[in-house]
Amino acid sequence: MAALFEGFTLCGVVSGSARAEAALLGVEAEREEDRVVVTDCGRSVTVYKVSDQKPLGSWHVRQGQSLTCPAVWSSRSGEYVAVTDSRVIRIWKDDDTTFEKTFKATVCADVARIHAAADSEPVVLFARGAVRMLDALLEAPQQPIEEVLSEEEVIRWSCSLVEGKQLVTIFTTEQKEDCYLYLQRFNPNSLHKYKLETGESRARPLSLCATVRNQSIKLLCLYSSGCLYQSVLSMRGTIQDGVQLLPRTLLLRLPVEDGHLSSASVVSLDEGNLAMVGVPHPSASAGKEFLCIWNTNFQTLQAAKELTGRIYGQLWSYSGRLYVPHGKALTVIPYECERSSLATALGRLQQDRSDGSKPVTTVVSWNTLLHEDTIQHQKGARGVETRQSKSRKSQMTSLLTVDQVLEKIKSASEDSVTRDVEMILSGTADPELQLVVGRLASQLVSRCQSDSAFYPHHTLAQLVHTRCVCHSLCPNLLMLALEKKDYSLAQLCLQHFPDIPEAVTCACLKAFLDAEESDLQTENLEPDSVSFMEGMVAVCKRDGALENGFSPVLLEEDSCDVNAPTTRAKGKADWLVLDMPCPVGVKKAALLNEILQTAHTDSFLLPHLKDLTAQQVVLFLQYLQFLYLKYYQDISAQAPGLRSPTVTQIMDWVCSTLDAHFTVLVMLPEARDLLFQLHKFVRSQVRLICELGKIQGSLQDLHKLKQTEDADLYSIEVIELF
Amino acid sequence: MGEFKVHRVRFFGYMPSGIRCMSFNERAERLALGRLDGTLEIFNFKDSFYQEKVIPGNDSRSVEAVCWVAERLFTAGLNGEITEYDLENLCPKYSLDAFGGPIWTVACNAQGTHLAVGCEDGSIKLFEILPEKIRFERNLDRQKGRVLSLSWHESGTRIAAGMLDMIRIFDVQSGHATHRMLVDRGVSGMRNHECVVWCVAFLSDLTVISTDSSGKVQVWNAAMGILSSTHLVSKSDVLSLAVSKDESSFVVGTSEGTVVQFQFLANILGGDEKAWVRTKTFKPHTHDVRALAEIGTAVVSGGLDTQLVVRPLLDKVDIMSYDNVLHKIHFPHRSLVSCAQKAGMLLFQFPAQLEVWRLGESEGRGEFCLGTREKWIPFQGEDHISCSAISPCGGWLAYSTVSSLRVYRLQCDEHVSISKVPKLPKVLRSAHQLSFSDDSSKLFAASTHSMVHVISLSQSECKHLHTFKPKSGSTEPVHLLAASKDGKWLAAANRGCEIHIYNLHKLKPHCTVPIYGSCPTAMGIHPTSNNLLMVHADRQIFEYSIVEKQYTDWSRRVQREGLHKLWLERDTPVTHVTFNPRNAAQFMLHDTYMFCIIDQSLPLPDNKCQFYNQITLKSLSEQERLSHAHAFKMCTKYQHLLFLGLLDDESLVVVQRPLTDIASQLPAPVRLKKFAT
Repeated sequence: MAALFEGFTLCGVVSGSARAEAALLGVEAEREEDRVVVTDCGRSVTVYKVSDQKPLGSWHVRQGQSLTCPAVWSSRSGEYVAVTDSRVIRIWKDDDTTFEKTFKATVCADVARIHAAADSEPVVLFARGAVRMLDALLEAPQQPIEEVLSEEEVIRWSCSLVEGKQLVTIFTTEQKEDCYLYLQRFNPNSLHKYKLETGESRARPLSLCATVRNQSIKLLCLYSSGCLYQSVLSMRGTIQDGVQLLPRTLLLRLPVEDGHLSSASVVSLDEGNLAMVGVPHPSASAGKEFLCIWNTNFQTLQAAKELTGRIYGQLWSYSGRLYVPHGKALTVIPYECERSSLATALGRLQQDRSDGSKPVTTVVSWNTLLHEDTIQHQKGARGVETRQSKSRKSQMTSLLTVDQVLEKIKSASEDSVTRDVEMILSGTADPELQLVVGRLASQLVSRCQSDSAFYPHHTLAQLVHTRCVCHSLCPNLLMLALEKKDYSLAQLCLQHFPDIPEAVTCACLKAFLDAEESDLQTENLEPDSVSFMEGMVAVCKRDGALENGFSPVLLEEDSCDVNAPTTRAKGKADWLVLDMPCPVGVKKAALLNEILQTAHTDSFLLPHLKDLTAQQVVLFLQYLQFLYLKYYQDISAQAPGLRSPTVTQIMDWVCSTLDAHFTVLVMLPEARDLLFQLHKFVRSQVRLICELGKIQGSLQDLHKLKQTEDADLYSIEVIELF
Repeated sequence: MGEFKVHRVRFFGYMPSGIRCMSFNERAERLALGRLDGTLEIFNFKDSFYQEKVIPGNDSRSVEAVCWVAERLFTAGLNGEITEYDLENLCPKYSLDAFGGPIWTVACNAQGTHLAVGCEDGSIKLFEILPEKIRFERNLDRQKGRVLSLSWHESGTRIAAGMLDMIRIFDVQSGHATHRMLVDRGVSGMRNHECVVWCVAFLSDLTVISTDSSGKVQVWNAAMGILSSTHLVSKSDVLSLAVSKDESSFVVGTSEGTVVQFQFLANILGGDEKAWVRTKTFKPHTHDVRALAEIGTAVVSGGLDTQLVVRPLLDKVDIMSYDNVLHKIHFPHRSLVSCAQKAGMLLFQFPAQLEVWRLGESEGRGEFCLGTREKWIPFQGEDHISCSAISPCGGWLAYSTVSSLRVYRLQCDEHVSISKVPKLPKVLRSAHQLSFSDDSSKLFAASTHSMVHVISLSQSECKHLHTFKPKSGSTEPVHLLAASKDGKWLAAANRGCEIHIYNLHKLKPHCTVPIYGSCPTAMGIHPTSNNLLMVHADRQIFEYSIVEKQYTDWSRRVQREGLHKLWLERDTPVTHVTFNPRNAAQFMLHDTYMFCIIDQSLPLPDNKCQFYNQITLKSLSEQERLSHAHAFKMCTKYQHLLFLGLLDDESLVVVQRPLTDIASQLPAPVRLKKFAT
């Protein structure tokens, strides 16, 4: 999973004309991770400290001169190297104030680029294709430079790579329609020429990017047709003659609106991810420019950020930051690429789509209402980008990063942790929220586990409310809540986690059944669930007038049940205790309802269900029976919209519980009554179903009647054609 | 457009026979199919799977195995005879008794020089294939137990034979068995039942694949005579086996109606070590899959449920097109029904009987009225009927088998009486197609060598008037005849795609329609303009003016603008053409799943417009309809159509045979455990 974070402007871009090809000559890495050398199109070279957005030094060439190649930092000598007016190589150090007094050497051919790969001697690439080491060149600046390229060949792109001691320089050229790639190896020097395929559509290579690993050079090439190809070259090659076709494999085929990209750039971030600019976002409208991170393994879009203003098809990446000039500024955008898995890779695009189709809760709960409100607020703030919110946000992000908060959680007090987490949550945009929340939650839980006094209930509840936590992300959270007897958090988890294992469900069930009613009285459970149960109990207390004039006694009249419980007085219609009192308190019932509604698989549930004690089982069964009777008695008990268990769920649990404990229940004297009642009630239901089956059978014949018309052997009919 | 009174007939109890065996000819891309009643059918896979030729069966001849040798077709059956067929005259050429009891299997070597047959008495007999006949050469060592399946190694030096409980490998040179591989009898309950090796296949790398009655597919190493692997694919028999040409996959068919594909795949991706792996399972049939062929991009299967299924293997298909979608062929691609338009009578052709029915007279919408049924079994002899016809007036009836042709006189009043016409002209020995002229005064009989005999019929005698021979010298059988209403023209189409037009007044050939690459499947001559309308197997429609000897403007327009994609993608060929007497610009076509009226005066539908537009048109007003109407008026109300004709009172006759009726007459399938039964 890759993510793009909030970017910031490093410096302005002064492009000479509106149609300038490039905004900057180049952005190159400096000695420290945090520093870059920016060479603009005109006359200046500036070194920036990126995190401070502050220039450290700047050098200008004199009027009339111009920089023709991006300045590079040579780590060997600790000097900057640049070229002015194509032929003058200038070398200077940090403490030189102007160009005037710096070292310069004039060479006798035009220089195309200077490359300084990490920890190696800078390499000078001449416009006509010759390559020299800088040191060797400076020894004799006027040495003759051979012409490698033919007349009309122009260098389009170049780079220099190093692995171990081996240094190579790669550059591509364009000659009319054809494109070539040259690979210059050193010690021994050899130059190898490849032809780049352009395919049927005469697609032009727009941008290349090379990385080296294990002695092989991975070359990514983005064509103007939107196709991204990968070629692999070896660092140490055997010497071959002639021009070979560079073998390539298609990695990505990007959607391109009108068939051709004009300017675009690609940078490889890690093995599977790459950043692109100038390629349209697959689901955004036309005319908007995006910086996108694509995963080549899964061919998915991982992250995208809209860029304002025109883009130049330039993009650099150094130490976890992307540098992209757009509009009138060079923006730095930090990114993060985590190891991708299929699930996360798919997640990104899916999330975008599912936004509109989130299940709508019909009944407003205060908790969610309040929470949604804050979300709405954040969203609104993000959308409008008022100055205030912008400043606040930048302040916050600069104040506290996730890592800092994570560190703080390890030791800080409950209050400060609560405050910090709140801040992080309000300051984080949606895409990152999942990552951040998961890390926060697991850190918090591990603190709670190690430090028994530390238990920020409110914070944990807030995290669960984001809907970004799930059980597998933070497996100890629910168990922790049970341990701390924090029933409201447990309820929240049960509501929000889609992936609770059956073992944990059973543990919850046990804990809830054992919970003291007095403990629960003070718990602040979700009001919906409690009000549902209150309504249910109220119905129960109502007079036993049956609705719809239905009396189940009639059905039972013909039964001669000899095994009726002897403890009860016969004669009265007590065979069915329809006005059974609720065996548990309202709040406990609300919690049990959450259990009933969790997703589960019977076969996985059964072994864990066996762990329940006999008393727990009896109580649970009593409660289930109560619910079942209520539902049966009063259809309106299943109020639509309220979160309540369905009859099917209740029946499932009755079956599972009976399955798991049947032998125990049969032996248990106090369960006897319960089982008898349950049996009777079920039997009466089965009879009802039988009767319904008969009605259905006779009504089904209605359908058959229709078909007989079709089975006639001969008929005369009239059809009309139009 | 108008209303039609429709006689909807579903009392034609046509019952196709189950498929017993098949053989695919790679070079000609033709599939030969043997049915249980001995009928042989040849399908042209190049030409939209058109059923090109049908050789009617015979009660005494069964087809147990069929085998192509280059362009020659051999069958062998339980009557102990090997038969070669004359594919031009659609009859057996000769039969040769192998003297080994019933023959279960026949196989030809890759060189095409020898035929091996497996007999009931346990012998494998080799026959040498000579240009005009076959000659017995020798027996391989005789074994105990019947030989049920045979397969040659491609070198032609070894034969694998599937027997009871074992597979033997024979050396052809010496005639001795070199290996004996015992097949396990399977689950314990079946121990005392013999295990029948239904099929064997000998691959070029000396691998033998066998399928047997205990549900196993086994792969053997014939070089060592050992078992390499066993795959249990079914609880009942595995009856058929077909190997792809490149030997990288094979398919087996079980008696549960499933077809299972095995592929020779590397154990590890990119690895060298390969093994046979069960890959796909289809269930194209409800009953035994008795015959299979793997043809490049598709699996062809047939079985007791009588349908032929061509299922594409999508991993081998590059571009989806008409040729590689699922095809199911239920009904013959020729008409088994003929209609006496003037008398309102229908003649139904069964393999060994004919039925004449008279349609009801009742007016009134949808009233039930069963036609009076005149059933009649005129039949002696063992040969099955190849073609039949009833005259438009209902007074004459003719049918032909491979060996004889008979004409009857029908008298229809209260009761129908029938009398055979004696003393037919000598030339009338057999016919591939029969047709009466519109005034019922002439009978046209398409005979051998593409000849068409013209017979005049009268109360007193039948006289041979003339015999037309095609100028091209083609000897392909004629399968369509069409006479014009005015009695002047006769068109005859043969399987070589040629259509000849003869002038009946001058008794001379008139012209030949330019040959189109696809076989004509239906044709008719327009009653007023005398234009010949032809529909081909690839569903192209042509109209040819006989008088002007050129394609009509409408035909050229159709070719220029092209037919609608949905029309070209229809699955079954058009089998009948009739003309609407009410409107000279309209004619009717039908295939198995629709009939349509084509109005030549309306614009042709282009690919963008809605093709099946009847429901849309119905909802529009009179004026709007005009702007939306196009030439093809499709009606899909009647499915499984065997015939659609127009009576003289301008009412339509529709003969349907619902597939459910056929399925209900099939024997019960192998019982399978289904959920909750």
